Amino acid sequence: MKPIATTRSSMGIATGKLAVWWVLVSEIVIFGGLLASYVMNRLAHVEWGDQAAHTNTWAGAFNTFVLLTSSLSAVLAHQAAEKGDGPKAARFLYMTCLGGLVFLVVKGFEWAHEIQAGFVIQSGGFWGYYYTAAGLHGFHVLAGMAVMIWVASSAKKNQDLHRVENVGLYWHFVDIVWIFLFPLLYIAK
Amino acid sequence: MSNQHDAHDHHAGAHAHHDEGWFKKYFWSTDHKIIGFQYMFTGMLLALVGAFMAYVFRMQLAFPGQAVPGWGLVSPGQYNMLITNHGSIMIFWVAMPVLIAGFGNYIIPLMIGADDMVFPRLNRLSYQLFFISVLLLIASLLVQNGGFGGAWTAYPPLSANKDFNLTPLGSTLWLLAVAVEFVAFLLGGINFIVTAMNARAPGMKAFDVPIVVWTIVIASILFMASVGPLVAGAVMLLFDQTLGTSFFNPNKGGDPILWQHLFWFFGHPEVYVVLLPAMGIVAEVMTVFARKKLFAYKTVIYTIIATGVLSFFVWAHHQFVAGIDPRMANVFTVTTVLISIPIAEMCFVYIATLYGGSIRLTTPMLWALAFMAEFMLGGVTGIYLGSSGADIFFHDTYFVVAHFHYTFFPIAIIAVMSGVTYWFPKMFGRHLNEFWGKVHFWGTIIPFNGIFIPLFILGAAGEHRRIFDYHSFPHLATPELQAMRVFATVSLVVMLAFQPVFIVNYLVSMFRGKKADKNPWKANTLEWTADSPPPHGNWPELPNCYRGPYEYSVEGRELDYWPQNEKA
Amino acid sequence: MSAHAGAHHHTNYVKIWAILLALLVVSVVGPMAHIQVLTLVTAFGIALVKAYIVARKFMHLDVEKPIVHWILALALVFMVLLYAGIAPDVGRDSGQRWKKTDGWHHLPPQSDHDGGAHKGAEGATGH
Repeated sequence: MKPIATTRSSMGIATGKLAVWWVLVSEIVIFGGLLASYVMNRLAHVEWGDQAAHTNTWAGAFNTFVLLTSSLSAVLAHQAAEKGDGPKAARFLYMTCLGGLVFLVVKGFEWAHEIQAGFVIQSGGFWGYYYTAAGLHGFHVLAGMAVMIWVASSAKKNQDLHRVENVGLYWHFVDIVWIFLFPLLYIAK
Repeated sequence: MSNQHDAHDHHAGAHAHHDEGWFKKYFWSTDHKIIGFQYMFTGMLLALVGAFMAYVFRMQLAFPGQAVPGWGLVSPGQYNMLITNHGSIMIFWVAMPVLIAGFGNYIIPLMIGADDMVFPRLNRLSYQLFFISVLLLIASLLVQNGGFGGAWTAYPPLSANKDFNLTPLGSTLWLLAVAVEFVAFLLGGINFIVTAMNARAPGMKAFDVPIVVWTIVIASILFMASVGPLVAGAVMLLFDQTLGTSFFNPNKGGDPILWQHLFWFFGHPEVYVVLLPAMGIVAEVMTVFARKKLFAYKTVIYTIIATGVLSFFVWAHHQFVAGIDPRMANVFTVTTVLISIPIAEMCFVYIATLYGGSIRLTTPMLWALAFMAEFMLGGVTGIYLGSSGADIFFHDTYFVVAHFHYTFFPIAIIAVMSGVTYWFPKMFGRHLNEFWGKVHFWGTIIPFNGIFIPLFILGAAGEHRRIFDYHSFPHLATPELQAMRVFATVSLVVMLAFQPVFIVNYLVSMFRGKKADKNPWKANTLEWTADSPPPHGNWPELPNCYRGPYEYSVEGRELDYWPQNEKA
Repeated sequence: MSAHAGAHHHTNYVKIWAILLALLVVSVVGPMAHIQVLTLVTAFGIALVKAYIVARKFMHLDVEKPIVHWILALALVFMVLLYAGIAPDVGRDSGQRWKKTDGWHHLPPQSDHDGGAHKGAEGATGH
């Protein structure tokens, strides 16, 4: 299945992992561009703070907790995979996915509440960035979950265990993005 | 993909794949060479579309208000659509796929001695996404109200508001096409970078890698590091168009300058994303046909890296008249003039490589020499535009148009032709006809200068870029200026008339040309040790690498070349 | 993986997780005092610390090869550059030929737009 090229390692880093780091570079600049635009505008518009006051800090804090915990299970999955215990790694990955699901459900309630209160994406500068940044991040959570289920299904059979670490790296990155989104969108009021 | 399975279990199997269907072999292949061809031919076909658009709007400018043969009367809206899509097609769907994705796919694994890309299926997905983006682009031209007409830079509020651009569906589809294309190239770029970093032949150190691989990899890194903000910006613009958000629309509290910055933070490195591979191809061709070691190989690599880094510091020179902070304009003037240093250095490297060599004026070499000459004209005129004071006068005139065509045409056509003719024997196992190759060369280069030299003069006379019919401006509609417009248009028609020479020569040589052996040019790099054309898997046994790529005319050796895989 | 396996096998991930949660509590409680400096430090300073810990311990950057650090540094440096280059121009209320308004109404057409060119033939420009 794999060409010989895939098995080579001139840099001394596994090919899949090196590729994930480059994926993260491309993600850093996507979120970096979006958040830089937001921060610049935010600093120029003090009045956006009044809008940000309508966000629910407790929901955001709870979601931070959920993502940090799912990151823990992702790294525990990696640890299990390194020891060669595929089924255990798969269980931890499923737990991570569960964390992602809880995150999205909380997010969904939050958005429903805000939209009912009349704060939609067209409601001006802050809300545009709020929904775009959180939406883009949520999309990454969803994509990470999909990949993770795929990786877990083969890890369960002790196949392709190196992928557990790779998908974990991606998940930690998604976690880090949220670590910055939380103060930017919820705390700064 | 069961065939794949067999092929690689038997180590780079040169034997499999003869039993595959035509569709599977040419459209569903994971072979890097086939994917390279897919990119290259798609790009070349779209180049014809872009060239046709240029023909239509040049005819309108030379003979305003008259029906253009093959199109009919050009309306102002159509004119805007044509210039917009000519620009986007030539940069995003011709230069990028042919130079980076096409050549990158074809030559990276061959040059580093690998049997394929490290992620073959990702590679296939990359082309499929690219193909979807082509379909979206074509759809954007055909929908109701016509294609997007807000220039390839898509500045808001024109691009963000359908009341202004009058093409609600066309502009959204255009934006989606660009976004999908970015994703395709991100996937492809990751593949190129990781392949070149990790899958090199045993013994091939970083400084044994041919220049063109270095340039494609650095270009991919530049693309990846610069496109992110624009991807975010494209999402924001898409929401502005479809949901009515207010990121960029000042009427609703948005910031139009922000888009310009996000666009050019990508848009300027993008110039170098396509320039670097072109320079790499030219360096390969020059050193082979001068039979000399490339001058200062390591310095060239540092120069390329310096160019790449500097290219991130110059973007706002596109916005000198947009009302940016004047202090920043000063900074960007200095950095813009600075970047001419590494580029000039590359030209000196070419000249030093040629100096004292035994030059063979084959078709690829003619193209390579023409690249250097024409690109220098483009580079030198850029000094005027990079200086903020002069740019206020020249901005948005035909001087700018001539300037960037003197850079992009050498990149996207001349260097591509150099590469296409150079690797032709490897790609198809046959020689391209030299005589018709040279006819095509002269038939392209001379009219090219005929098109754009008048545009420099017109631009300096104050001709603004985006005007549909100059009769509304008496000082621009004088017979002298109109004569130059006609001259440029006639030159374009002559140039286009010579392109069938290439197409016919290419197709006839592909099937009927003189048979080529493994290494017809007597070159050193690894791709010339594989069969012509190489089978799936490239080599029966993958080569090792023992030396750098440019050991030509080494003293004390009988042969004037020294392949990288030869032990001693 | 095996090259650095020994280095982080002993990492106590649960302990790191507990530290992260403690930091989370501080970052929520700190801004409640409504002192601007304290908000900045607790909200954004702690976000940086949390991100650093996750990257270093969970993503194993502490034992990763230097090339990965360089790759990431490259992306971050370019983002700083983006911010520095753009920030002076963003957030202003008006610019050449445009002015921010909060309503939905359009600005009246400006006189210098009527240069004889067809509507849309001018407009957003750039090269």
